[in-house]
Amino acid sequence: MTNTVLHKSETRGHANHGWLNSHHTFSFANYYNPERMHFGVLRVLNDDIVAEARGFGTHPHDNMEIISIPLEGDLEHKDSMGNTTVIKEGDIQVMSAGTGIYHSEYNKNKDQAVKFLQIWVFPNKKNVTPRYDQITLDVNDRHNKLQQILSPNTDDAGVWIYQDAWFHMGNFDKGLTATYDVKKKGNGVYTFVLKGSFNIAGFEVNQRDGFGIWDTDQFELEATTEDAQILLMEVPMG
Amino acid sequence: MKSMNSRTNILVLNRNEGILEVILRLINNHENWHGVGQSELNNLAHLLIKGHFDLLLIGSGFSPAEEQEIVKTSNELNPGIKIVHHWGGGSGLLTNEILAALEGVEGGNYEIMT
Repeated sequence: MTNTVLHKSETRGHANHGWLNSHHTFSFANYYNPERMHFGVLRVLNDDIVAEARGFGTHPHDNMEIISIPLEGDLEHKDSMGNTTVIKEGDIQVMSAGTGIYHSEYNKNKDQAVKFLQIWVFPNKKNVTPRYDQITLDVNDRHNKLQQILSPNTDDAGVWIYQDAWFHMGNFDKGLTATYDVKKKGNGVYTFVLKGSFNIAGFEVNQRDGFGIWDTDQFELEATTEDAQILLMEVPMG
Repeated sequence: MKSMNSRTNILVLNRNEGILEVILRLINNHENWHGVGQSELNNLAHLLIKGHFDLLLIGSGFSPAEEQEIVKTSNELNPGIKIVHHWGGGSGLLTNEILAALEGVEGGNYEIMT
């Protein structure tokens, strides 16, 4: 039987540090809610706003697949592997932290906040050699359809990670529908509405709500507002 | 159940010495937590005999065989110790992992080891 969970936007954890205004779908840092620890191997979904010219100073990570998706503005990345890059709306960044990586992420803009999603997925392989990648996606390829932005496969569309996970994004006109077919049996899908509203498998899911569905092979979604935008994250459930 | 003011002793193992240092600093910034750690395993038995630990956090860099040996040794020398993986190498999940382990929250860690 299909299982679902709906996390309303206003029930997320919230931390406003001035330079960083973050909403946590799952428990993170000082937000601790035993009922909100993870969805399968999806452990972190942070909706971050970083003030002009501010950011995360150099800090370490290990054994985690860390995906950043900019929504507005430019984010400057530097890391211990020698990468100095900028990611912007339409890009996706991935780090496999493995045995250890140090990095910083700063808002490169002096005149606007940067908004981005920070997503952590438990890896299926520990202690890998750290790696960094970023790509620019053609956002036109997600108009009224789902565009794959991440997979486990090095030769597939989007970036890849050490996990049997597939991410898609879609921008839909009102009334348009899509069917999502689960890629790997047993996986669940966590959907996060970036803008507008959707009906997903019969549930009304609004902006910044999260909706998880598992024990199913496919489900339908329909945009119920104009220019509705969504992120789908298919992940192993255990 | 420990009282609110009692100290929680935490042993941290991580082969990445820089990350080990960060994790210990974060733990020891907490009023009721006391962390000690090491990046190699040759002194593990001595540490476990010398002190009582409530929690062991296993970080990065250890092989599956080493992790098994860590769990076996820790359970033998420090019965009742809670053993969990530390994921992410920093402040993001650390507090959550410690609280969830101490409270026995199901699903609090990807790979509960005991």
